Amino acid sequence: MLDNIFFMILRRMRTPLLSLVVVFSIALLGLVLIPGIDGKPLSFFHGLYFVSYMATTIGFGEIPLEFSNAQRLWVIFAIYATVIVWLYAIGSVITLLQDRALQQAFVQRRFARQVGRQRAPFYIVCGYGDTGEVLVRELLERGQHAVVMDAAQERINSLRLQGLPEFVPALLGDSARPANLLKAGLRHPLCAGVAALTSDSEVNLKVAISSKLLHPRIKVLCRADSHEIEANMASFGTDHIIDPYDTFALHLATAMQSPGLYLLRDWLTGVVYSPLNDPIYPPKQGRWVLCGFGRFGKVVYRRLRDEGVEITVIEATPDKTGLPQGSHVTGWGTEAGTLQQAGIETAVGLVAGTDNDVNNLSIIMTARELNPELFIIARQNRQENAELFDAVNADILMRPSQIIANRIRMLLATPMLHQFESLALYQDDEWACELISRITALVQQQVPFVWDLTLDEEAAYAVYHHLHRGGLMTLEDLLRNPRNRDKPLACIPLMLRSRGDQVLLPELKTRLHLGDRLLFCAAEGVKDALQWTLQNGHALSYVVQKSGD
Amino acid sequence: MNPEKVVFGFFIVLALTLNFGFYIGEIEDPEHHHAFELFAVILVNLIATVLKFGDRTQMGAVMLATSLVALLQLAAAAAVWAYGAHINEAGLTSAVMVSVVSLAGGAMLANVISVILLIIETVMLRR
Repeated sequence: MLDNIFFMILRRMRTPLLSLVVVFSIALLGLVLIPGIDGKPLSFFHGLYFVSYMATTIGFGEIPLEFSNAQRLWVIFAIYATVIVWLYAIGSVITLLQDRALQQAFVQRRFARQVGRQRAPFYIVCGYGDTGEVLVRELLERGQHAVVMDAAQERINSLRLQGLPEFVPALLGDSARPANLLKAGLRHPLCAGVAALTSDSEVNLKVAISSKLLHPRIKVLCRADSHEIEANMASFGTDHIIDPYDTFALHLATAMQSPGLYLLRDWLTGVVYSPLNDPIYPPKQGRWVLCGFGRFGKVVYRRLRDEGVEITVIEATPDKTGLPQGSHVTGWGTEAGTLQQAGIETAVGLVAGTDNDVNNLSIIMTARELNPELFIIARQNRQENAELFDAVNADILMRPSQIIANRIRMLLATPMLHQFESLALYQDDEWACELISRITALVQQQVPFVWDLTLDEEAAYAVYHHLHRGGLMTLEDLLRNPRNRDKPLACIPLMLRSRGDQVLLPELKTRLHLGDRLLFCAAEGVKDALQWTLQNGHALSYVVQKSGD
Repeated sequence: MNPEKVVFGFFIVLALTLNFGFYIGEIEDPEHHHAFELFAVILVNLIATVLKFGDRTQMGAVMLATSLVALLQLAAAAAVWAYGAHINEAGLTSAVMVSVVSLAGGAMLANVISVILLIIETVMLRR
């Protein structure tokens, strides 16, 4: 990289330097040939001295002796010639520094240096749109690191202006080009994963292929909007493929079958320390109106139909999207006529699912006037409309970028939560409701902090050595307050993975072993308190002694 | 034929020939080594050096290095000459002249290497 810039400058400076050398030499040659006032010309030494200051400043006078008229005549020529080439050379340097290609090279060099300086595992985020923005912010807030790449200058600029808690190296470039991925640190030993989040599925596919080929061991996560691309990505081992519509449809099905589980999932995967959402109960009896039968509409339609709900579809361009077998109306749904035709007065739920945010908002407003009791699911396509959708206060809000970002953040930051979630799907609603009331007691109004912990030497130095020496320790010991061992910490162990077994909500009497992995959910600050027991031998023996006596 | 290569070759060879012209003669005799010739050698060497700028090949890098060595030696020779002619009270003595010429001789060696490299590059291009 450095070579590139160096050679570029040298190459571009050839002509200006040559003209400088030639003109200076001619001026000097004239002075050593033309006789001076005492009949002798200047020597090379004096001539070079004179030319040097004349060309750059003009006006020290005539040194060492006054000039003869012949010398003055020559010097007039020399002054103009040297000033011109001097200006030309300086102008070339300035032009060179303003050159786009050179500046780009400088920027890339700086970026490569920043990536090379990474000292902790980091993720490459390709595409800094709505999703990338949310993901990067949440990763940083959880103490993870990221490197960003995007093809649009304004997105890179916006990254700089966002005041993120930590410096994030950003590269302007096309993610589809493997060279750019390499620059972003794909082969860096600390590169932990690549998230391909551009709006173009083809680009994401290319990123996934390049990453898997160039660094087979890292995690690759991709956003995909079509099932063909998804299948293609899966075929070569992409670790996680996230389709926002499918993910949302799964959430919707969970919400209908088991509202408690839906709320639990919502709380555990929410943005840390944001306010907790209220439970929702989508009506299962009655008829729903679904506006927009595109990709989103189709997935939702299928899920709702599987739940045994009656649905009327409103679609403006049925020749493009096709229509379901059931009842349907052709129209936008934004005007009262179409909605009434679809029987909005007698419906229980409404899905505003077109790909146009303004239309979705309009559908919701119109439908609310006709039937204020509706359960409303709104689809928000663009992040910039977030305030509007917050104001319209739908019961379920579907934000694709948020869904993808949440999902990826969970997969990267707390992979155990992903397993917890899939195991929890097999539990009944009561189990979820009980856990919810426990969490409510724990954290009051905020989304709890969820993290996973491995009992190894790095994450739990004191515990590791205690267990290594054959010491006993239960989960209860671990969760005692290291300042006052009679009090437990405000923390719920959600899952324990010990010697191949996975246990949901493990008993407090469970014995801990080396290498166990735990998933915790706790109030603010508890993680720091727990850190004492984990890392400090004295704090550890203080909490363990309780059970020993 | 590449006109750029013609100019390039011309200046490299000219640097060597001029250098040789300055060097030849009794080493300590100022009459045998003319200041104008040294001036021409330095000028042509400067041009040859600048022409070598920006060549990314390994050969280009080594050629630039030899040119820089030659320039360094010639600059030293010119400085010694200026010292002898203007600063040294005894003037341009044979001792001073010997160091000027031997420095220029060193520069000539570097120029010879430059020309050899040029020949090697040309021969390799043929294949």
